[in-house]
Amino acid sequence: NQGDGAGHAVTERHSGPRHAPVHGERRAAQPVIFFYLLSLVSATGVRPSTPLGAEHILALRLCAGAPAVTVAEVAGQLRLPAGVVKVLLSDLMEHGAVMAQAPRFPGGETGSFAADDQTLLRAVLDGLRKRL
Amino acid sequence: MVCASGCDSRPATLPATLKILVAGGFGAGKTTFVGAVSEIDPLCTEELLSGLGEGADPVDGVETKKTTTVALDFGRITLDERHVLYLFGTPGQERFWFLWEELCAGALGAVVLADTRRLADCFPAVDFFERRGIGFVVAVNEFDGAHRYTAEEVRAAVGLGPRVPVVRCDARLTSSGTGALAALVHHLLTTRSAHPAKTSDPGEPP
Repeated sequence: NQGDGAGHAVTERHSGPRHAPVHGERRAAQPVIFFYLLSLVSATGVRPSTPLGAEHILALRLCAGAPAVTVAEVAGQLRLPAGVVKVLLSDLMEHGAVMAQAPRFPGGETGSFAADDQTLLRAVLDGLRKRL
Repeated sequence: MVCASGCDSRPATLPATLKILVAGGFGAGKTTFVGAVSEIDPLCTEELLSGLGEGADPVDGVETKKTTTVALDFGRITLDERHVLYLFGTPGQERFWFLWEELCAGALGAVVLADTRRLADCFPAVDFFERRGIGFVVAVNEFDGAHRYTAEEVRAAVGLGPRVPVVRCDARLTSSGTGALAALVHHLLTTRSAHPAKTSDPGEPP
């Protein structure tokens, strides 16, 4: 039962963060700012005034390497759990080094799509077909 | 939003976030599929996901709210400068059904990968998306040596409605996986009516 990774899943309580301590961490490892897996993060160009830990620097470098990058991608590239990356990004945001934008999902919760989303779907379909 | 003045020149409004889920039973080829279609090296993101039991599928003796560490396959396809598609390969085991609630929020739709040698493994995913009205296609991952069933045989065995597309797919091939995604989006276009829908914007808490 492996390969999916989910086979190793551990059920745990909210209060028990189990990820490895992050270098330079100053407080309980809970991100101050809420991130979604698909929140888009981008570097602002502002250099943090205080020295950062190695993981912070790596995360910042990833954010600076593209116009915007998702939290999921930063986590995957750094091979760190998304929960840890959210703490890193939250720290960086407090320093003004990165900014984040929540995902803006098309359609409503009903599952039906608005008229402009039909245009959106058509654009997605065209884009996919071009790759075929 | 924390942002020093003059920090960024990005447009104020980013394009819509486009998310497609890749579901299916264990070993159906989700990781392979995401890896084949993604333009970036397939990433595995470990995330703490919490689910609220909504009364659906209650499990005796199990707390209705819990958090689980789970590995998600993650991929990205940049279609053009305004359209970027994100893919999540979701845990296939039935006991993780509650995780899908969070992953499904805002998803365009889903590709359910089916392995004809273990067709029943895709039932939970099919049930889940059907119940929530999330558009999906069933992509039959044609494993070497597996018997080739017709689309109608698969449809009958899974109990799919006549409108759910069943497509053939080789999860190892980029073109095949991309074709399955295109079939999904085509399905969404042809089945979804143009009801005005409220725009769902979770917003970024300050």
